[in-house]
Amino acid sequence: MNETVVELSRFQFAFTAMYHFIFVPLTLGLTFMLAIMESVYVMTGKTIYKEMTKFWGKLFGINFAIGVATGITMEFQFGMNWSYYSHYVGDVFGAPLAIEGLMAFFLESTFVGLFFFGWDRMSKVKHLMVTWLVAFGSNFSALWILIANGWMQNPLGAEFNPDTMRMEMASFAELIFNPVAQVKFVHTVSAGYVTGAMFVLAISSYYLLKNKNVAFARRSFAIAACFGLASSLSVIVLGDESGYEMGDVQQVKLAAVEAEWETHEPPAAFTIIGFPNEETQTTDFALKIPYLMGIIATRSFDEPVTGLKDLKAQNRDKIIRGAEAYLLLKKRQDVGLNEQESLLFDQIKGSLGYGLLLEPFAQNMAAPTEAELDAAADYSLPNIAPMFWSFRIMVASGFLMLIIFAYAFLLSTRHQIDKPKWFLKVALYSLPLPWIACEAGWFVAEYGRQPWAIAEVLPIHTAASNLAVSDLVISLVAVGVFYTVMFIIAFGLMVKFAKKGPQHSGDTSRERPTVADTSVTTEGAKA
Amino acid sequence: MMDYETLRLIWWVLVGVLLIGFAVTDGFDLGVGALLTLVGRTDNERRVMINTIGPHWDGNQVWFITAGGAIFAAWPLIYATAFSGFYLALMLTLAALWMRPLGFDFRSKIEDPRWRSGWDWALFAGGLVPALIFGVAFGNLLQGVPFEFDAYLKATYTGSFFGLLNPFAILAGLVSVSMLLMHGAVWLQLKTTDMVYQRSVQVATILGVVTAALFGLAGLWVHVGLDGYIITSAIDPSAPSNPLLKTVEVAPNGLMTNYSIYPWMMIAPVLGIGAALATALLSLRNASGWAFLTSSLSIAGIILTAGFSMFPFLMPSTTQLNASLTIWDATSSQLTLNVMFWVAMVFVPIILAYTSWSFYVMRGRLKAADIESNSSHALY
Repeated sequence: MNETVVELSRFQFAFTAMYHFIFVPLTLGLTFMLAIMESVYVMTGKTIYKEMTKFWGKLFGINFAIGVATGITMEFQFGMNWSYYSHYVGDVFGAPLAIEGLMAFFLESTFVGLFFFGWDRMSKVKHLMVTWLVAFGSNFSALWILIANGWMQNPLGAEFNPDTMRMEMASFAELIFNPVAQVKFVHTVSAGYVTGAMFVLAISSYYLLKNKNVAFARRSFAIAACFGLASSLSVIVLGDESGYEMGDVQQVKLAAVEAEWETHEPPAAFTIIGFPNEETQTTDFALKIPYLMGIIATRSFDEPVTGLKDLKAQNRDKIIRGAEAYLLLKKRQDVGLNEQESLLFDQIKGSLGYGLLLEPFAQNMAAPTEAELDAAADYSLPNIAPMFWSFRIMVASGFLMLIIFAYAFLLSTRHQIDKPKWFLKVALYSLPLPWIACEAGWFVAEYGRQPWAIAEVLPIHTAASNLAVSDLVISLVAVGVFYTVMFIIAFGLMVKFAKKGPQHSGDTSRERPTVADTSVTTEGAKA
Repeated sequence: MMDYETLRLIWWVLVGVLLIGFAVTDGFDLGVGALLTLVGRTDNERRVMINTIGPHWDGNQVWFITAGGAIFAAWPLIYATAFSGFYLALMLTLAALWMRPLGFDFRSKIEDPRWRSGWDWALFAGGLVPALIFGVAFGNLLQGVPFEFDAYLKATYTGSFFGLLNPFAILAGLVSVSMLLMHGAVWLQLKTTDMVYQRSVQVATILGVVTAALFGLAGLWVHVGLDGYIITSAIDPSAPSNPLLKTVEVAPNGLMTNYSIYPWMMIAPVLGIGAALATALLSLRNASGWAFLTSSLSIAGIILTAGFSMFPFLMPSTTQLNASLTIWDATSSQLTLNVMFWVAMVFVPIILAYTSWSFYVMRGRLKAADIESNSSHALY
């Protein structure tokens, strides 16, 4: 496999996925906030909440359009750039993706049309139901894509079938109840809610600073503060749960974010900050909190957290077994296996992935040299420093947002929202924080999986399509140019309409419900 | 669990349903996009056209996304081989499809005529390019494409982007464009009034005849000049999905074989031509509802014709005949097909129900006055 093709494919996938995830969390959060605002409107009858729903809905629409456009790419890119991956795991991985379409995308996309176009065509309650269905749709979509992604991190419920040369589903229940998928789902959607809340909080603060749309902005601020506080608390608690899950099944990733080079006596200490040094395999200037790591990763004081050096040694053993499985598979292809060999293959085929990992390093898979095994074992871990730092950036952003929402909540309960100008400025300039946290978090999740496409099953270099470098160059230029232009346009529109603000009178009087309000009123006019 | 053979047949039907669902729903969106500058002469007329599909295009497009996901889940080898093989063509399709969500949502948000006309052409490309490439792709699948598998089923595609643009494939592309533009014009008849309506009637009438003629011509070409493929080894419909276990040979006139074995399959091409002609006639008679029905039937007939002609092949290989992918050896495992079958049985009826409701809620024709009175751009 051409090294350049693999690298360019990785780059393209990382770029399109991280770009797509600029828009996804805002959709996840805003759909729920729209549903909350509209619920308040329906329950109280105050039109200002309807205006809020419509105004934030318009900004949501700009974001949603570009999210949909970039989402199309994601659905087809596996086959385009990761053809062997698609063959090798499609039997398992394809299922949640297809279910995502059937259960979530249809729901979200059908009702989002009615959300924008159906205001005058149905009763208040029906429209509210439509808005909630959009929110459910986007959240279901997160559920299924994270089941798919969770399987890449922790491939349960599947088995290699040498007749078809691929992984096949052994248990659908294990696939969907994968603990990694569950914690990732709740952590990710909460991060989305935080993003939606910060978006509303920051823009509302802008209006309050400019002293316009005050009644509107105060209400939006208060809703964002409540929703944001609850969400940022849950994102941190659930992120801690992720840490525990990692300690259980993704030990390499955990050791990498912690730059835990050695296996220490339990309970392990947590390194707050330091400088991981790949050459000396130590963390310079490490500032540590005793016990904390042991508690996060093992929920105990007596279980050790395995360090990177030991993990690498373990991987080296797995690579040796993997080479054996690889050779048996080759023999099966060439001349067939006798009964004893077949039994052996069934026993060790779980290590086949490590054989594929060794393949590009070994001249002769039947007799890999010590140096080749060492090189493959080195390659079996991700680089530590990027993991260490992106994790800390994510956590720091998360805690900063928690503090901001907590203070905003305090101000809301004391009816002092627009008093401290300095805080409104802080809230406004904190707008990028959720995106920084989201992108850093995904970086930890996906870069931490390297060099695997599917953890311990399929290495990234085996997964790629057999394309020409020129194909990749053309597609990268296309993606780069189009995505940049799209971003500039969408960002420009977003700023324009956010600055413009809602066009209402600031009237907060109670709307008198009439009979006409609760039924479809425009049939005759539009027919 | 259902037996493997039945499941494989069912999934051939289900993928067909998804593709037809895509062509019938998103098809008119693509058609409206491609007709935007031809049928809509003024800004307001174009806004009317965009707003007829405004509430629906996103839901409709999910048929395409879901067809992609379903092919991944049910025919992973097709998903892997076709999408990497047609890499640049698919990239071009995606680039065209990126234009649509942005164009629909952003176009009317700024008054500047240059901004709007820029998006008009983006939406034109966003409708025309995918329609053309889908047809070209089918034209190539019918003839077979150059790809090979090694013993580990790693695919290598040896064709090129320009190799896809052979004469028969271009004809298939034109059939697809004509058919989807006809469908778009019929949708506009159903949803508009005045000038947009009248121009749509003209376009639908002409394209109904053109679609029938081009499709007939493609059929004639297949009959006289195109080879097909045949499996010459014994077929075990319950064997593991490994395409290399069979033998395939080129069969002169092989794409016509199924019609002599199963004469009922002739219903598909007959429907393709007949319903297209009926669409032309019904458009002239101002029977918009019926024209929409026949236009949909014509699309179904044309897609089914491609499926029936190739059955059981999905993607024949011209360079390693045995590697050809068929419905018996390109599928997922029995368990996955079974799980996904039940998922589809639960969700497809629900989807059809709420999709119908959304069309019902948004029923009725859109007038220029509706757009003019909506200065706050709640509409597109």
